[in-house]
Amino acid sequence: MGRVWSLFHKFASPKWFYEISGKLLPWFVAMTGLVLCTGVVWGLAYAPPDYQQGNAFRIMYIHVPASILAESSYMMMALAGAVGLIWKIKLADLALKTAAPLGASLTFLSIATGAIWGKPIWGTWWVWDARLTSMLVLLFLFVGVIALRSAMENKEAAGKACAILALVGLVNIPIIKMSVEWWFTLHQPSSFKLTEKPAMPPEMWIPLLIMVVGYYSAFATAWMMRIRVEILEQENRTQWVRDRVRTA
Amino acid sequence: MKFGNMKPHRRRRLYVVLFLVVTSSAAVGLTLMALNENINLFYSPQQIASGEAPVGKTIRAGGVVVPGSLRRDESSLLIEFDISDLKTAPLRVAYTGILPDLFREGQGIVALGKVNQQGIFVAEEVLAKHDENYMPPEVAAAIAAAHGESE
Amino acid sequence: MSFDSFSAFLAMGGHGLYVWSAYAVTLVVFAFNAIKPVLMHKRFLQQHKQLQRRELARENTAQ
Repeated sequence: MGRVWSLFHKFASPKWFYEISGKLLPWFVAMTGLVLCTGVVWGLAYAPPDYQQGNAFRIMYIHVPASILAESSYMMMALAGAVGLIWKIKLADLALKTAAPLGASLTFLSIATGAIWGKPIWGTWWVWDARLTSMLVLLFLFVGVIALRSAMENKEAAGKACAILALVGLVNIPIIKMSVEWWFTLHQPSSFKLTEKPAMPPEMWIPLLIMVVGYYSAFATAWMMRIRVEILEQENRTQWVRDRVRTA
Repeated sequence: MKFGNMKPHRRRRLYVVLFLVVTSSAAVGLTLMALNENINLFYSPQQIASGEAPVGKTIRAGGVVVPGSLRRDESSLLIEFDISDLKTAPLRVAYTGILPDLFREGQGIVALGKVNQQGIFVAEEVLAKHDENYMPPEVAAAIAAAHGESE
Repeated sequence: MSFDSFSAFLAMGGHGLYVWSAYAVTLVVFAFNAIKPVLMHKRFLQQHKQLQRRELARENTAQ
């Protein structure tokens, strides 16, 4: 336990986090590029078309990972909020701050690609069904967290308020997940369940799995890039940041 | 990270966070339970037949297009078909307009419209609903062929 | 390969406009998320380099 704690505190040191993320970043950039390229080429050119939807089904390869990441980034943001509230760690507040715009962009992507997919297949860009509406609520929550911070002068109070909003909004995550089971929706249930085989053959879900890994890696990369700048801003009076600015 | 060893002020803040999440979840959960019916996008033919759906108002009806029930008007875009929830008597739907690509017999659809005096659902919009299963055309054809042989 | 020709690949069985516009939106958002922090980092360095130069100048004139 003692070792876990010391690691926890080490992670909480902005300088240490800045250094370690700087070393990891090039690897993440390379991995993201490689995995996403493989997934896109596989999904667009090599995966078979669907028997009902034909090639329009290839939108799945960018829509499903965007939705998964939108939810994951929200959970990560709320977790950072909880850690920030309980342990008063500044880095946790920065983690929340930097996750919000990325989460918002992924939620937007999920909705936008879903609308483009829905038009030819369902016959409409949008319906107010439980899945689509709860996803729109997720977008508003992300935008709300961003707006709340920019509206408040006091940095510490703003961080606290954002953390509370993020935690309250957490209730939306199971609603998104279960909406297609609990209510009649136009959106179909999930093709992937923990206890069952995927509702598609491997030549269709393997490229999807690759894309999901690629999106996670892309999120981690973009998040590290953002939080590194935020660390510099927050620590701009310390000697190590001054040295960095001078030698850059 | 044993919570038992946490400093008292941290443990208090942890409880505050948990309280926050639990109460907001409970509030939203109760609201959703109260709204339950209204969150559904559509009514099933059974709900419409039993009078659960509001009469004379524009509503959405959803079900599977009954195979063999499709009738196209030769001189116009008018099309009629039955939708069913595979439990009760099917609902007759009349629609004039362009159908989504996925519309076919056996397909799930959601229609927006009103029930008229004759008990026919006059639709102004028809959307296709599909399930979570995806497969290549060859596989679908093979399954259909195997199905045909066994029958 | 799931397509016979490059034009068939572009057409996506008649759904080309939808498929390609969805991928285009995704590309734009990914590019934004990648470029934005780079620009933020650049601006930070510019601002703080200038600040440090000014401090140095002030120290020199004070001596």
